[in-house]
Amino acid sequence: MRFTGTDTYVATDDLMMAVNAAITLERPLLIKGEPGTGKTMLALEVAKALGRPLHQWHVKSTAKAQQGLYEYDAVSRLRDSQLGDGRVHDIANYIKRGPVWEAFESGTPAVLLIDEIDKADIEFPNDLLRELDRMEFYVYETQQTVRARHRPAMIITSNNEKELPDAFLRRCFFHYIRFPDRETMEKIVEVHFSGLKRSLLQQALTVFFEIREVPGLKKKPSTSELLDWLKLLVAEDIPEEALHSQDQGKIIPPLHGALLKNEQDVHLFERLVFMARRGRS
Amino acid sequence: MLIEFFLKLKDSGLPVSVKEYLTLLEAVKAGLPGYSVDGFYYLSRACLVKDESNYDKFDRVFGAYFKGLTALPETLAATIPEEWLRRQAELLLSDEDKALVESLGGWDKLMETLRRRLEEQKGRHQGGSKWIGTAGTSPFGAYGFNPEGVRIGQDGSRNRRAVKVWDERQYRNLDDSVELGTRNIKVALKRLRRFAREGAAEELDLDDTIRSTARNAGWLDIRMVPERHNAVKVLLFLDVGGSMDDHVKVCEELFSATRTEFKHLEYFYFHNFLYESVWKDNRRRNSERFGTLTLLHTFPHDYKVIFVGDATMSPYEIAYPGGSVEHHNEEAGAVWLQRVLDVYPRTVWLNPQPEDRWDYYDSVRMTRQLMGDRMYPLTIDGLDRAMKELTR
Repeated sequence: MRFTGTDTYVATDDLMMAVNAAITLERPLLIKGEPGTGKTMLALEVAKALGRPLHQWHVKSTAKAQQGLYEYDAVSRLRDSQLGDGRVHDIANYIKRGPVWEAFESGTPAVLLIDEIDKADIEFPNDLLRELDRMEFYVYETQQTVRARHRPAMIITSNNEKELPDAFLRRCFFHYIRFPDRETMEKIVEVHFSGLKRSLLQQALTVFFEIREVPGLKKKPSTSELLDWLKLLVAEDIPEEALHSQDQGKIIPPLHGALLKNEQDVHLFERLVFMARRGRS
Repeated sequence: MLIEFFLKLKDSGLPVSVKEYLTLLEAVKAGLPGYSVDGFYYLSRACLVKDESNYDKFDRVFGAYFKGLTALPETLAATIPEEWLRRQAELLLSDEDKALVESLGGWDKLMETLRRRLEEQKGRHQGGSKWIGTAGTSPFGAYGFNPEGVRIGQDGSRNRRAVKVWDERQYRNLDDSVELGTRNIKVALKRLRRFAREGAAEELDLDDTIRSTARNAGWLDIRMVPERHNAVKVLLFLDVGGSMDDHVKVCEELFSATRTEFKHLEYFYFHNFLYESVWKDNRRRNSERFGTLTLLHTFPHDYKVIFVGDATMSPYEIAYPGGSVEHHNEEAGAVWLQRVLDVYPRTVWLNPQPEDRWDYYDSVRMTRQLMGDRMYPLTIDGLDRAMKELTR
């Protein structure tokens, strides 16, 4: 079973190789890249392409490794004990399964997404070493060991906010999603807007890559912003000419709010355009 | 054959381990790369390289090792975009360096030489030998710049080192901030965490629940407490300029690590020794200063204080009024340090100088004495001891 991208996701050769290696050898795959280059989407698309169920675990700053495995709800057990509920006698009734457990127990091989692992505490990845390696963990409350029936394809994303420990990295395949070049970007747009006029696309991409070149932007627009922007352009029926200008870089493109998400960036951009105009006249 | 490749990678400074090598073999055995060099390149990169800043290093070793085996895939070709040269150059040179630049015919001349070298490289690249190696860094070495030397403006990323910028090929735009390599420091700093319960009640407080349930005649009364957060407060004083220039890198790493590790962190700069005022922004050190006395009154005594400095100076700068190299100080530095020590019982001094050299400097000995021996080298071990002292 090989992943070759889907009709809504364009995967480059190196990405495909990394994904297939991870699936074949049943090891986790660590994905890094600029925000908006489709790290999280990858897991969704892999699951879709392989027809596997997807389990998602979105890591937060307060997340603990334990929560991905299971949680023991002592409070509701206490409450139930007061009410004389029969379920109280079995502690297993109060164990809530986490996404990792669900993925391990899945009847068919699953895809497990651990999203933004770098958001959590610095020790978080270390607490998952055994789970990643052996794909099993121990539940203290019920004294059972949960083993993966089928080793799930694990996709872990990171935004590079924290450095990950070596021991963790050694257990993973690694891939860095580079920002797509123009050619790949055209393919990506093609799968999302198959009917888009060629000339409009060319014009829009030129504007887009120009904005990315603007020095000093806090957050450069990425693939997801481009797709949003195109969606707006199509919805608003903006004529191609509006993007067209004799002097590139001297117009403010319509609906640029979709590309620049930061107030300071918008200001900076407008100022640059303004200065370019003044220089011309 | 692959063992040698693996060893080459190791020699080039890539952090590869045996486990990763075995994984690669396993993948090759599973027939993953097919029979193409591209496939093997992608696979071995995914297996062996775990950080995008190492991609370039890997590319070079891979290229050198498999040269002549077959035509290399297009994506591996190294290019040196002209825009690098067009971008605004930014200088971080010391006075001696500047003098050196002048002696070589000035900045323009230097850039011209650099440009010619780069063009030469491009020429060679088109000439068929795609793998250039590290030649890109050599212009700097040859002119004897320090590693911080010439920095070519790079999208506002402040922490890049010049060598890196030129050296990187395809992955030149990836962020290589100081954050890398700070993990060890963070782990050491973790010792300093003191957890306090603040904020919304989210956790079951078992003891209190039992107590209040018993008081409630057995009728369950559940008590919750807020989750624990790191509540340690830190004041960081950093020595800048002069002899500290040699230790910029390690101080940057420490600073970067502390910034993300502590929520309550205040940092100030001083030069050589603490006097009546400090500053927060080196660019405005002359206009925006904070009185040390104000600091002592502003931050409560439960703040932990960390000084970072090499304490290498003339003893007069510590012991005598008016001894400062920069201004006339009414009171001796020792007096000011003593005041800080009086207010903040938990104070340490981190010294980037190696510990065995401390005895050669009178000023280090004096500072150490003032600190009550709480001076530690700026190493992982030293940090560990310092944090232990702070939490004692």
